[in-house]
Amino acid sequence: MNQHAQKAAAFIRNAERTRWHDDALWMVRSKRDTATHDIPEWEQLRELGSLVKNNVLSKLDEYLDEFEANAQKNGVQVHWAADAEEHNRIVHDILAKKKIARIVKSKSMLTEECHLNEYLIEKGIEVIDTDLGERIIQLKEEAPSHIVMPAIHLKKEEIGALFHEKLHTEKGASDPQYLTESARQHLREKFLQAQAAVTGVNFGIAETGGVVVCTNEGNADMGVHLSPVQIHCMGIEKIIPKAEHLGIFTRLLGRSATGQPITIYTSHHHRPKPGGEMHIVIVDNGRTDQLGRKDFRNSLKCIRCGACMNTCPIYRRSGGHSYGYTVPGPIGSILTPGKDLKKYSDLPFASTLCGSCSDVCPVKIDIHAQLYKWRQVIAEEGHLPAGKKKSMQMTSWLFARPKLYRMAGKWGRRMLRLLPKGLIYNRFNTWGRDRDLPEAPKESFQEWYQKNRRS
Amino acid sequence: MLQRIRQAKPEVTPLPEIPGFAVPAEVLPILFKENSEKLGSRVLLTASKLNLKEQVLQLFPDAKKIASPLSEVDTTVDLGDISDPHELADIDVAIIRGQIGVAENGAIWVDEQDMQHRVLPFITQHLVILLSQDKLVYNMHQAYAKTQVDQTGFGVFIAGPSKTADIEQSLVIGAQGPRSLTVILD
Repeated sequence: MNQHAQKAAAFIRNAERTRWHDDALWMVRSKRDTATHDIPEWEQLRELGSLVKNNVLSKLDEYLDEFEANAQKNGVQVHWAADAEEHNRIVHDILAKKKIARIVKSKSMLTEECHLNEYLIEKGIEVIDTDLGERIIQLKEEAPSHIVMPAIHLKKEEIGALFHEKLHTEKGASDPQYLTESARQHLREKFLQAQAAVTGVNFGIAETGGVVVCTNEGNADMGVHLSPVQIHCMGIEKIIPKAEHLGIFTRLLGRSATGQPITIYTSHHHRPKPGGEMHIVIVDNGRTDQLGRKDFRNSLKCIRCGACMNTCPIYRRSGGHSYGYTVPGPIGSILTPGKDLKKYSDLPFASTLCGSCSDVCPVKIDIHAQLYKWRQVIAEEGHLPAGKKKSMQMTSWLFARPKLYRMAGKWGRRMLRLLPKGLIYNRFNTWGRDRDLPEAPKESFQEWYQKNRRS
Repeated sequence: MLQRIRQAKPEVTPLPEIPGFAVPAEVLPILFKENSEKLGSRVLLTASKLNLKEQVLQLFPDAKKIASPLSEVDTTVDLGDISDPHELADIDVAIIRGQIGVAENGAIWVDEQDMQHRVLPFITQHLVILLSQDKLVYNMHQAYAKTQVDQTGFGVFIAGPSKTADIEQSLVIGAQGPRSLTVILD
């Protein structure tokens, strides 16, 4: 059992920090709003993005086929991995064949999902994450708490202390400029030593067999162009039909993610460098199962911008780690139940169903509707916690008996007024743990209606 | 894997047509400059190609190693002599020519042929991109219509200096790549 509520409770115990986290993410959300208002056709672009992705899912096998053929024509070696384990094995085999002991990586949620780092490190390979946020959490031995800003949960003083310990920066120094510069020097060394570079993929172009990788730091390019071997790991759903569709997605991605009109680097890799090797590993790892679920396949349209996290009132106040999965927040909560319904059965409930996630999604995934649908599946399959199950059963029993319901209402309203607080806020009243119940009205709507409108 | 996907996928839906979106009436170089500067670039508008050498010297008076595949630039490093990209680690300034500039976001398309070594525009401390004003388009749709992304083995849109905001969302210019980007519109 995943226990989002418990982990969130631990997170919000520090009220000041919760507020800071909330504000930081809301600032990103606000930047996104400003950036989207800059282009009048924003809503039309979202619709186009959604339609292209619908088409991709409906012809995914054909596009993957086309992608592989074109990539091979370009001299790229294409590998297929059914699951995380096969993916890790393939990457290790490529490295082992060349006796490679040091690699650099740029940000890839897929390799996080597959736990590639742990796998390779266990085999004795040095793995260095080169995105600054990822390097920070790698040094801290933590998981990312956000897919675009992996270290958003950490304060600069904590990063300063971490760098002092690991990179020997000055004690007590916490200036972001200084810390970034120290990381730059440290990572330069690693880039120059690396024998292979692993990246994620933002888009795979079926028509040309190439992959597109977007970064702001330039870390993916530093790694890929210096190393003799480049490996791009791509989920099957990252395919787009043609290069012209990048016009849509590059306009949507940066604006949705951080409020930039485009990421600083949008790199298109098609052929290995002279004398180099280029590999693309295409990974399923549960995606085809999700494709087969009519109500939930839309989640595969995701372009991993993180906008749904930045806007989510629950995510902002509970932190990414409370979700217990690589992709946290609203999108993670509709991806995870498909992976392990029982384990992640609490995540679709980590939402107010306010729908803000669906409103900001650049490819119009109906996230909040899917959260609601997962709740029903979870209830039907009997994965609700006992307390919630019992109270739901009692409520539905009561709702099915109008006379009894009216009587209970009458008694309830009276009791709420008369009973002492200590009795009302008992241990069964989970709602009242952090909140006051509303003041009980004197009469129900039905009573009022009968008095005032019936005649 | 493909067999399983075939069974799982939904009914075919058509690909949408991408309409020609409206282009603002403002002059493209001005829009380009505005949007580039928002992402941290420096944009210089210059009328003549003759003063390029002086301009580079003025901009980077302390630069020791200057590299460029362009013949009109005075360089201190001959890129033709370099076989291993690691030898570019101490380049101070690299100067390349861009093929297309995008006014809505300041992105510039360059490919392998423009940089000679793929790592050059990333590993250099400072990057200068020359761009003809008549190569400007307004949006990314127009940019992709004009590029053939697989013409060479590698191509990239560069929209500014390397940057990060991974520490408390504070913007820092000069993450792993160049510390500055200067665009000279000629």
